[in-house]
Amino acid sequence: MSNTPRKLFIQGVLDALPLIVGGVPFGIIFGTLALNAGLDIWQTIGLSSIVFAGSAQFVAVGMIAAGTSLGFIVGATLVVNLRHLIYAASLLPHVKHLPQRWRIPLGFLLIDEVYAATYPNYLKNLNDKNNHWHYLGVGVAFYISWNLATLVGIFFGANIDGIANWGLDFAMSATFIGMVMPHLINKPMVGGVLTSALLAVLTFSLPHKIGLVISSIVGMGVGYAIEQWSSPKELS
Amino acid sequence: MNIWLLIALMALVTFTIRYALYARANAVSLPSKLEQALKYSAPCVLTAIWIPAVLMPQGELALSLDNPYLIGATVAIIVALWKKNILLTIVTSMACFFAYKWLVL
Repeated sequence: MSNTPRKLFIQGVLDALPLIVGGVPFGIIFGTLALNAGLDIWQTIGLSSIVFAGSAQFVAVGMIAAGTSLGFIVGATLVVNLRHLIYAASLLPHVKHLPQRWRIPLGFLLIDEVYAATYPNYLKNLNDKNNHWHYLGVGVAFYISWNLATLVGIFFGANIDGIANWGLDFAMSATFIGMVMPHLINKPMVGGVLTSALLAVLTFSLPHKIGLVISSIVGMGVGYAIEQWSSPKELS
Repeated sequence: MNIWLLIALMALVTFTIRYALYARANAVSLPSKLEQALKYSAPCVLTAIWIPAVLMPQGELALSLDNPYLIGATVAIIVALWKKNILLTIVTSMACFFAYKWLVL
């Protein structure tokens, strides 16, 4: 019944490719901006390879450039990445049978794109015992591409005039839109997402990215509430 | 500031968030209501990130044709809903974004 590890790993790499197309420009602009903010080459490589958290790396570099103190940057990292805890909770039933030598790398690799690319595979192959190989394939492919893109930004960004103003960061928004839209197929999901969208604008000026947390949690609550109030027939 | 200390702390915080539940996966069981609510998490969180990036690229609401992020995002939304293909969504919306930014503005 189960697919082979090799087949699932390769399928994971293939499923990661569309999201990598969006991640690469974002990684390039990160490499460029980090140097502009005053980090050296190894520190920039360190952020992408050791922390491996696109949006948090972006936020941190912006805060370093603005002269923010260390404690606030670490706090912002916590807030910006807190959503990964939600992804972990959602994948928890699917990884609990694995030994720690699997859970540790799978945890390290748990970013938005990896979750978005591998979670549907768990739903599709519900009883497959090797689904963690798909997860690993997505994660490894994204990790390598993110770090290569950072290197490109480091070594070519400085030579290309004004690359920081090109708007390569739009790639992140395009990717996220592509990941969100397919979910908007019923009232609870639409209600939750619209709530998050509205609150994200209203709370944007709150300090330390706290608006992101408020918008996300309230949106989830609204989606859940609509689901509870609707009859099953209305949901489709 | 000690950048390497910052990187170490950021890595620690980030890894802890991602791994904490996995670490004790056998001992943790989530309430079923929470599990139901979690399916809304990714779309809501991602939207809370991209909406301000697109509507307020300079930190203030920019609902005008001078905002290429708004144009690109509109294309992305239409293509994503219409074709349901993430690669096509990313490629066409980025092409429109850059074309608009350089050729129109």
